Amino acid sequence: MGDRAVELTLGPVLFNWPADQWRDFYFRIADEAPVTTVYLGEVICSKRAPLFASHYEEVVERLSARGKTVVFSMLSEVALNLDRKLVDSVCASEDHLIEANDASALPRLQGRPHHIGPFMNVYNERSVAVLARGGAQNFCLPVEMPARTIRALCAGTPDLDATFEVLVFGRMPLALSARCYHARAHGRTKDTCQFVCEKDPDGLELRTLNGQPFLAVNGIQTLSYDFLNLIDRLQELQEIGVSRFRLSPHGCDMVRVATTFRGVLDGTLTAAQAAAALTGLNLPGPFSNGFYNGKPCPAGAILAHVKDAES
Amino acid sequence: MNNGGYTRPQLVCPAGTPAALRTAVEAGADAVYCGLQNATNARNFPGLNFTPAELEAAIAYAHARAAKVLLAVNTFPRAGQFALWREAVDLGARLGIDALIVADLGVADYAARTYPALRLHLSVQAGASSPEAIRFYCEEFGVKRVVLPRILTVAEIADIHRQIPCEIETFVFGNHGLMAEGRCSLSAYATGLSTNMDGACSPAADVHYEEDAARNLTTKLGPFVIDRFACNENAGYPTICKGRYLTDARNEAYYAFEEPVTLNLAGLLPDLMRAGVTALKVEGRQRSRAYVRAVVSAFRKAVDDILAGGEASLASLLALTEGQRETEGAYRSKTWR
Amino acid sequence: MSSRAHADRSTAPLQSPSQTVPGWLLAAVPLVLLQPLLTHIATHVARSRPELFARLGPHTDKLFLIDPIDLPFVLLLRPNAARPYLQARRRFERPRHDATIAGTFLNLVNMIDGSLDGDALFFSRDLRVGGDTEAVVALRNALDDFEGSAFDAIVSAFGPLSAPLRLVVSSLRGMRKRKRHE
Repeated sequence: MGDRAVELTLGPVLFNWPADQWRDFYFRIADEAPVTTVYLGEVICSKRAPLFASHYEEVVERLSARGKTVVFSMLSEVALNLDRKLVDSVCASEDHLIEANDASALPRLQGRPHHIGPFMNVYNERSVAVLARGGAQNFCLPVEMPARTIRALCAGTPDLDATFEVLVFGRMPLALSARCYHARAHGRTKDTCQFVCEKDPDGLELRTLNGQPFLAVNGIQTLSYDFLNLIDRLQELQEIGVSRFRLSPHGCDMVRVATTFRGVLDGTLTAAQAAAALTGLNLPGPFSNGFYNGKPCPAGAILAHVKDAES
Repeated sequence: MNNGGYTRPQLVCPAGTPAALRTAVEAGADAVYCGLQNATNARNFPGLNFTPAELEAAIAYAHARAAKVLLAVNTFPRAGQFALWREAVDLGARLGIDALIVADLGVADYAARTYPALRLHLSVQAGASSPEAIRFYCEEFGVKRVVLPRILTVAEIADIHRQIPCEIETFVFGNHGLMAEGRCSLSAYATGLSTNMDGACSPAADVHYEEDAARNLTTKLGPFVIDRFACNENAGYPTICKGRYLTDARNEAYYAFEEPVTLNLAGLLPDLMRAGVTALKVEGRQRSRAYVRAVVSAFRKAVDDILAGGEASLASLLALTEGQRETEGAYRSKTWR
Repeated sequence: MSSRAHADRSTAPLQSPSQTVPGWLLAAVPLVLLQPLLTHIATHVARSRPELFARLGPHTDKLFLIDPIDLPFVLLLRPNAARPYLQARRRFERPRHDATIAGTFLNLVNMIDGSLDGDALFFSRDLRVGGDTEAVVALRNALDDFEGSAFDAIVSAFGPLSAPLRLVVSSLRGMRKRKRHE
């Protein structure tokens, strides 16, 4: 354990950003962000995929030219024929690694190296073994897995020739649906959405009836209002057996986020310095440590060290 | 016998207790599904479910009346705790259950390799919503039936039927979860207990009802207000996907995901039967015998009437529905999405 | 919207006193006279139907306040097989408790008896639940698994008085049915 190279990765953009902004984001990531792997692709809504299609080639080229490994993330919910065609067309390409986020992609990936994404239910040793048998070599674990379960999973798979990855930054994906909640919020349906999700680059916030911030809606997806930030747990996670740490893209300065996390992994920044560096990102929600200790804190509970750094 | 041109579907009914199981069988269930008193099933609620001895007696009771018993071992074991799920599978196999309902890849793998003759059904919790996903489970584990997620139209179900090598079971009545099954951590986010791993959505210990002097009812899950009902308003469970929220895109509080409604596909039964559905499932292991008796009897009669070439005359099930409102959900039209 | 709304079906507010409860039950029965009977019911059920308590798990030591809102008293229940406790109290006493279940006497009887669905009563606001929700759910599920009729088990505690009591309850049900059809 802990003898693998520690990698920082960038998860797929979950939101519907303007296509040019999306392209420029990846250009800057390619040039400036200290991440080794970049996950690319539409994982939320197959209707959005064509919006970015024209930019994929140049983005992949730029990322590869700067030494990043590109992995294509598959749709998280596959039901419609449009969804299925998208999965099929991406899987048809043998040039890149693919991250499955739904069992629909698995038949196409058997016997070929691939990744398992955080939208797949992989909670135990035997599930890992089944998927590894089919060629899975990296597992990004479900966001609701607490540290103690991650520890048990790593400890229970000692002979596994695969890596574990954990989300450490960003709003936490909590649920998927067939219904588009962005469209619903605006009195539309999924078929008549007119891509209204583009209004909210970090998701549309939902508050409880007494005004407590709670969730964020992103098309068919529901996320946490608070932003997961495990920068103070990286050491512990490495000791447990996690070797890859995923940042989920948001509208904030992701280069700064990546540089800060890399600094902590390299030992050039203390946790306190890192926390200070992450304040002032202008995030539309507070930091939290999510499910790390099992029970998430209610949104609004800010990590102690972040608070300290702010005061 | 032409059965009105239809193949006779099985009516698969819920049982949270032995008494409910007997009620379901008496009311005409072809099969009853149930779970054990622990996290191995997705209705891990206090006072509910079966001890091994109760399960054994229930199987004997059902089999004596030509009804099947399906055991739901349909949650996802946490790493380090697989033994509990293995014991549940072993118990089911030993007691002679008619099928095991599984969701987890590891549990499916264990059952398929240890008991190759044991019939496997893929739980709705596995969220297999495309022919490719379903075929994966059929090929890897020999799954004989898939319980489809509640996100498809009847036309899409018919389309899937033509492309898979196994039977289809669909929900026809009951609680209408809005999120893709098995892929929802909302309740876990509010309570710390995972629907997938611990087997309970909106666990009762975290549910709080607060009623003021004017009978306005506030329902809470953990620290979050989920809804508030005026004194003359019908109420719902405090499940996050059926709560009312505020957002900048709206001037007033609204049901961001869905109103408190109950799925009722009574009106779509002939279409479902034509779509190639083998089994019709009633949700509600957490509900009472009174619910089981009313819903199962009504659907038994409706299915039999259709098979006899008649119309389904449906006794109103409305009183049993959440918020006393019903919906056909995703099944009739894409506009639901 | 695809769902069919039936908001107008909501029932009368819980407080409105039921017209179906006979006068002798509403009269200020001295609770001292009622208590031996309640104690007898509790011990009788605990002795004859011990399986009821297994389902309650850790909740057998909880105190349930059962409030038949159309009767002049409330009941305090501790469903512990070894130390069963059932006591009548005046409503204004507000006795200490872990959980409350409130509804009309007949609704409570029908729920205990397995002929009405507790969730449906809750949805229609005919049943009020407060305090320790988990304990209430456990009690509801335990009662629902009662072999035969829980109400019959209670009534049988009355020995020679069982028959007249059954008659009273069935006539109550009859009145309720007629009222519904009016």
